[in-house]
Amino acid sequence: MGYNPEKPMEGRISDIGPRYYEEFHPPVIKANKGKWLWHEITQPGVLMHKSETGDEVYTVRVGCARLISIEYIREVCDIADKHCDGYLRFTTRNNIEFMVDSKDKVQPLLDTLASYGNSYPVGGTGAGVTNIVHTQGWVHCHTPATDASGVVKAVMDELFEYFVTMSLPAQVRIALACCLNMCGAVHASDIAILGIHRKPPMIDHSRITGVCEIPLAIAACPTGAIKPAKTEVDGKEIKTVKVNNSRCMFCGNCYTMCPAMPLADPDGDGIAILVGGKISNARTMPSFSKMVIPWLPNTPPRWPEVVGAVKKIVETYAADAKKYERVGDWAERIGWEKFFEKCEIPFTDKSIDDYRLAYDTWRTSTQFKYTNAIK
Amino acid sequence: MAKHETPLLDQLESGPWPSFVSDIKRQAETKPECWDILGVLELSYEERITHWKHGGIVGVFGYGGGVVGRYVDLPKRFPGVEHFHTMRVNQPSSKYYTTKFLRQLSDLWEKHGSGMTNMHGSTGDIILLGCRTEELEPMFWDMTHEMNQDLGGSGSNLRTPANCLGQSRCEWSCYDTEEVCYNLTMHYQDELHRPAFPYKFKFKFSGCPNDCVSAIARSDVAVIGTWRDDIQIDQAAVKEYIAGNYPGNGGAHSGRDWGKFDIQKEVIDLCPTECMWMEDGELKIDNSECTRCMHCINVMPRALRPGKDKGATICVGAKAPILDGAQFATMIVPFMKIEKENDYEELIDFIEKIWDWWMVEGKNRERCGECMQRFGLPEFLRIMGLEPLPQHIKEPRSNPYVFWKEEEVPGGWERDVVEFRKKHAA
Repeated sequence: MGYNPEKPMEGRISDIGPRYYEEFHPPVIKANKGKWLWHEITQPGVLMHKSETGDEVYTVRVGCARLISIEYIREVCDIADKHCDGYLRFTTRNNIEFMVDSKDKVQPLLDTLASYGNSYPVGGTGAGVTNIVHTQGWVHCHTPATDASGVVKAVMDELFEYFVTMSLPAQVRIALACCLNMCGAVHASDIAILGIHRKPPMIDHSRITGVCEIPLAIAACPTGAIKPAKTEVDGKEIKTVKVNNSRCMFCGNCYTMCPAMPLADPDGDGIAILVGGKISNARTMPSFSKMVIPWLPNTPPRWPEVVGAVKKIVETYAADAKKYERVGDWAERIGWEKFFEKCEIPFTDKSIDDYRLAYDTWRTSTQFKYTNAIK
Repeated sequence: MAKHETPLLDQLESGPWPSFVSDIKRQAETKPECWDILGVLELSYEERITHWKHGGIVGVFGYGGGVVGRYVDLPKRFPGVEHFHTMRVNQPSSKYYTTKFLRQLSDLWEKHGSGMTNMHGSTGDIILLGCRTEELEPMFWDMTHEMNQDLGGSGSNLRTPANCLGQSRCEWSCYDTEEVCYNLTMHYQDELHRPAFPYKFKFKFSGCPNDCVSAIARSDVAVIGTWRDDIQIDQAAVKEYIAGNYPGNGGAHSGRDWGKFDIQKEVIDLCPTECMWMEDGELKIDNSECTRCMHCINVMPRALRPGKDKGATICVGAKAPILDGAQFATMIVPFMKIEKENDYEELIDFIEKIWDWWMVEGKNRERCGECMQRFGLPEFLRIMGLEPLPQHIKEPRSNPYVFWKEEEVPGGWERDVVEFRKKHAA
């Protein structure tokens, strides 16, 4: 028997939650949980954890596109069955980790992974660039200003050597969100790729009455740019909204609330680059990413302007920062004016905050460095 | 569902990083609706705009969330994705799997859905990407009956909680993140499946201040492991680091020649509070000055370990920019024991105190962090029944606009201007 649409509540099972995690622990993990003493990265992509019992677990981390098919998942399962007794895990950055309980089993696993060509790149550990946390883009979402999977592929192809090596001053976390809802980690990443709009919403007066709770659309605006209005549709007066275009900064939140206010646009939309955010508390406190490039065009399928900008920032940071310095630590130490100069990013008024608490971000000091920005 | 020409997407099949395009094409051999995923995406690449209609409200009976509805805006041209709903499936703590589980889920998704997934969504769920409305209930039936597996959360409710891998494979985890994540997810199944909040609410559990699940940036209640006694030092291992026998930072920088490990330069001089020094060949730490940032432990994992008196710091109110700007979570409880023995009673009391307040006072679509800003931190602490501490702030306020309560001021606020005038002529 299966689901019976005639009696939908009959036999229904609900509120059972996720499966208990311990069912999925490899034996060496189950036996040593809470007993780990130390770890080491034996080569890029390979970790070793040592337990107080003397046990060791070797973890091989592998890059993954996140958007994956069940055919791919089955292939991953074949690898885990062959080498890892049928266990594996995924990381918080959507890499895959295969674990084995002795050193001898590492190389055969690496050989198998290599036999699949480019499908299972080993890396993502230590001071390098690991997987890009990203969103749905044009594959599934209705509010994006850019794509996710395509941009990520283009950037990772270009930065691939940093995924398979550990040659940077510290780990560099790159994240992408296709609109400023910022699903994921864009607001606190070393380098953030963010889809943005640059045109106010259109208003579909003929549909708004039927599809939109107008007070919600009005309340959705961070700058108070939307107000109620009346207009005529087919000779009838209807309630609608009016947008003060000069107060709109194109966040798209009104469209999230109201289907009659679409704003996506091929020429208006594009990508902003933010840098210098971090999550960890190591040395410095967590910090937000800051906008250094306000707009780059959407240029599918490979977004060369975006890829070039990200690469330039990574390479400049790699050459200039001190050991352990995250991108934000480095930019704060040298001063943002030097960051713009070194990364050869033209500074514009778009990087100057003008929202609510903006004053705290202006320079209320005579301390600054002369750079090529001062002519 | 015919194969579409995809000249733009084809260009994403080259290069070293795993190609989602090649993967979707392979899946299309057995699930032809995948050709339409590629077709509509190719069109978006041509036109540089999304082709998904606004919103979509679908689900399963008994639940108010768990499924994100989606419809293509050119259904005749791309019938395979006319309906393209996403099911969120509650992942196990830490995302460990057996191949048996993943194969079983894949078989069900082959039967009911597109065959495409996200492993995983940013919040943590397994994302089953794309199926028709009429397949939602059968998929849910099979998943619950055959796999003992539930949906995750969406909407104005408790979203699917997530954790770092914790004690399962990390020497720094100060509490069992997997167990508390599982436990609270089970405890709050009703709050997760049936939206009852002003807006979404998220829990995340990190074992230490490295915060590998980004709790401080991505959760309304962030539980971040810490300790309150001394860092454990193995002086013999310190000497091995100094001698160059153990690689600094677990070998994380081995791809470049940074010179010989220098404990003064790489550890002592980088300590944010300058509370470390070498004395007679031994490393010393003034633990009363340590802010437990993890740097020294990160750099010398074989010599330094977190203390033994472990618990967590609780931070509240992180969110993305919409509406009033992005927020990190604010430190509210400096130290709380996180133990299964008392069924996480203290943490649960804390969470429910927030909910009791926010569910009444929170405005429509106002995140907990925004509600805290509107009421102010002093008022939030009063509501939570917590003493204000200097640890609650980065710095004291500089403006003098201080609210006093009437009872705090001798004589209260009721005054007679006639009495005032007897001594002070106008």
